Amino acid sequence: MAFSHATIEKNSILLLVLALLTVSIGGLVEIVPLFFIKSTIEEVEGMRPYTPLELSGRDIYIREGCYNCHSQMIRPLRSEVERYGHYSLAAESMYDHPFQWGSKRTGPDLARVGGKYSDEWHVVHMTKPSSVVPETVMPGYPFLAKTPLDTKHIGELLWAHSVVGVPYSQEMIDNAAIDLKAQLDPFSDDYDGLVARYGEVIMRDFDGNPDEVTELDALIAYLQMLGTLVDFSVYDAKANNR
Amino acid sequence: MMQKLDQVPMGKPSRNVLAMFVGLLFLLGAIGSLHVAANAYDTIMGFHASLFTGFFLLAVIWIAKAAQDGATERGYMDKVIKYGTVASVFWGVVGFIVGLVIALQLAFPMLNFDTSFINFGRLRPLHTSAVIFAFGGNILIASSLYVVQRTCNARLFGGNLAWLVFWGYQFFIVLAATAYLMGGTQGKEYAEPEWYIDIWLTIVWVAYLVVFLGTLIKRKEPHIYVANWFYLAFIVTIAMLHLINNLAVPVSIYSSHSVMYFSGVQDALIQWWYGHNAVGFFLTAGFLGIMYYFVPKRVERPVYSYRLSIVHFWSLIFLYIWAGPHHLHYTALPDWAQTLGMAFSVMLWMPSWGGMINGLMTLSGAWDKLRTDPVVRMLVVSIAFYGMSTFEGPVMSIKAVNSLSHYTDWTIGHVHSGALGWVGMVSFGAIYCLVPWLWGRKRLYSDKLVEWHFWLATIGIVFYIAAMWPAGIYQGLMWRAYDALGFLEYSFVESVAMAHPYFMIRALGGGLFMLGSLVMAYNVYRTIRGDERIGEYGDDAQTVAAE
Repeated sequence: MAFSHATIEKNSILLLVLALLTVSIGGLVEIVPLFFIKSTIEEVEGMRPYTPLELSGRDIYIREGCYNCHSQMIRPLRSEVERYGHYSLAAESMYDHPFQWGSKRTGPDLARVGGKYSDEWHVVHMTKPSSVVPETVMPGYPFLAKTPLDTKHIGELLWAHSVVGVPYSQEMIDNAAIDLKAQLDPFSDDYDGLVARYGEVIMRDFDGNPDEVTELDALIAYLQMLGTLVDFSVYDAKANNR
Repeated sequence: MMQKLDQVPMGKPSRNVLAMFVGLLFLLGAIGSLHVAANAYDTIMGFHASLFTGFFLLAVIWIAKAAQDGATERGYMDKVIKYGTVASVFWGVVGFIVGLVIALQLAFPMLNFDTSFINFGRLRPLHTSAVIFAFGGNILIASSLYVVQRTCNARLFGGNLAWLVFWGYQFFIVLAATAYLMGGTQGKEYAEPEWYIDIWLTIVWVAYLVVFLGTLIKRKEPHIYVANWFYLAFIVTIAMLHLINNLAVPVSIYSSHSVMYFSGVQDALIQWWYGHNAVGFFLTAGFLGIMYYFVPKRVERPVYSYRLSIVHFWSLIFLYIWAGPHHLHYTALPDWAQTLGMAFSVMLWMPSWGGMINGLMTLSGAWDKLRTDPVVRMLVVSIAFYGMSTFEGPVMSIKAVNSLSHYTDWTIGHVHSGALGWVGMVSFGAIYCLVPWLWGRKRLYSDKLVEWHFWLATIGIVFYIAAMWPAGIYQGLMWRAYDALGFLEYSFVESVAMAHPYFMIRALGGGLFMLGSLVMAYNVYRTIRGDERIGEYGDDAQTVAAE
C-alpha cells in the first residue's frame, strides 16, 4: 500500500489525533513507571509529614519564590557531598507537594541547611542578609518578622495535603492550630500531643519574639528541619536494590 | 468572495439564542465570583474574585452590545489579530523591563528595597511569564489566527469566540501577574499561577483550539499548510502539559492556595516534562509555525523542502517530549530516566537543525534580501540563533557537561540565546510583517528604525550570553575546585562575588535588548498611524521602480 502524507495533510482530525499520539509516547514511557517501580523511592527511617508550623513555613518559602535561587537537591558528586552533606534521596521529598528541588543556585543548596546555623543567624540573615554575608545578592525580608502568621485555615491546609496522599490523620487535622502554637513553646501544655502526633520535633520560639507567632517563626522552623529527618548513620543504600 | 466568507449574518435567531446562553453563563460566573469574593480566605482571592466579577459583567455587556450591533466585519477576521499584535508589543516591552529590573537586582541587591511586592523571588516569575506567555503567547495566538485564515482561505470559525480567546488570555495575564506580586504562586517554574487561574486558562485554551481547529475544518484549500501543523501541535500539546502538570487540590474554593497533586520525584519529572516542552512546543513548535509562514512569504520563495518539512515536524514533536529528564541529571530521579532524557536530547539536535536548514534554505535565490530588507535579516538571524541554541542544548544535556553546567548561569545564558535570539527575533520579524499587512500600509514607518532595533537587540544578546558563559563555567569550576590539601577551595559566596561583573554586563545586554523593543513599539505606533518617515524612502516613484 502506498502511503502518502497527503492523507494526513487533508484531514484535520487525523492530523490532530496523530500529533496527540506522537507527543504522548515519551511522557508515558518516562513518567508512568515512576509510580510503579519500587526502587524509585527508597525505604528510609525517619520521614514524617511536616508539622503545621513547618508546613506554613514551607508555604512562605514558596510564596517568596526562594526556589528561584536555591536548590534542595544535593547531587551524588564528591564536591557536593563535601559541601552540603549526604546526597539527597527521593524519599526525602516524598511529602513535598510540590517538590522544591530547584534548578538554579544563585545561592547555596538548602537541602540540608537544617541545624547548620543558629536561629539568631537566620533572624539576622532574613532581616538583612548582607549583615552576615557581605557579598550576598539575596534580598532582605524584614517584613517576615513583623507579619503575624495566618493560622486560620491551617486545618484545611493539612486536609488538602491528606487528600493528595500525605499521611495526615483526622486527629492531626483537628489539632493543627494547637500543634502549630505548641511547637513554639516547649513548656506548653500541648507538648505531649505534638510529640505523640509527630515525634521528636524542634520546639522553641524561632524568631526571638515569643509574644507573637510570625511568618519568620514558621520559615525558620522549616529551614531548621530541612534534610534532618533521615538518619544516615543507619541508612543502607544497597537495601534499595529491590 | 469576501462577502461569501461570512455566511451567517449576526442577528440570526440561532445566534441570539447562543449569545443569550453564553451571556447567562457569564452572569452566573459573575454571581459565583462575587460570592467567593465576599467569603475569601485571603486578600489575593478577594481581589481576584472581584476582578472575575468585573470581567464577567463586562463580558455580559459586550455580548449584549455585539448581539445588537450585528456583524460589521466581513472577510477575514482581522480586528482581533490587530489587538493581539499590539498586545504582544505591549507585553514584550513590559516583560523586557521587568527582566532588566531583576538583572539589576542581582547586580545590586539593594534594588529589592526590602519589600515583599517587588523582591527578586516574586519578580522573576513575573518576568518569565510576561515574556513567554504574554509576549510570546500573544504573538503566537495572533499570528496563528492570521496564518490559518490565509492558508485555509476561510474566515475564523466561531465568530466572537476569537474575542473570548483574546480578552480571556489578557485577563489570564493580569491575574497571573498580580498574583505573583502579591505572593500567589504554586511554586512550579513556568507554571506558577494558582488553581483558579489554571482553570480559567484551560477554558480560554479550549476556545482557542476550537477556533483554530474549526477554521482548519472549514478550509477551502485541499491541503493543510505546514505552518498549521506546527501551530496545531503547539496548541494540543500545551493543553495536555498544562492539564497534567497543574493538577492540584485547592485548600478551599475561597482560598487562592492549593496543594499540588503530585509530590517529590514524580512531581519533579512531570514538572520538567512540562517545563522542557513549554520550550519545545510553546517556544519552538509555535514559533516554527511563524517561521514556516513568514519567512517564505517575506522573501517570496517557497519553503525549501516539502519532504524535510514532514520529517522535521514528526521527528521534532516525537523527540521533544522525551527530553525533560535532562533538567534532573544526577538528582534523585532514577538513572534510567536520566539516560533516556539525555539520549533523546542529543537526538533532538537532528530535527532541530533540519528545521533550521529548511528555514534558511528557503532564502535560496533571495539572499540579496538580507542586504535590502532589515526584516528578513531579523528573521534569518533568529533562525541562526535557533540553530546555535539547539546545538548548545544537546551538549548541555550530556551528563558529564551537565554536572558542571547545572544550577549555574550557563543555563540562564543558554535559555536567553534561544529566547532573545530565536523567539524574540522571529517574533519581531513577524510583528514587522503583520503590522503593515493588517493595517493596509505600504510599508513600515521606518526601515532605518528596524535596523536600529536589529543591532540593539543583536549586540544586547551578544553581551548577555557572552557574560553568562564565563559566569556559569566559573561557578561550576569553583564549586568543584579542590586545593592542594584536598579541601574544597572556595566557599559558596566567593562564587557569588565572582559573578558580580558578569551580572553587570548581563544587565547592560538586557538593557540594550529592551531599548530595541522600545524602538519597535515606536515604529509600530507610527506605522499604525499611517506615517512614513520623512526622507527615508525617497519619492514613491523611485521606490516602486527599485522593487
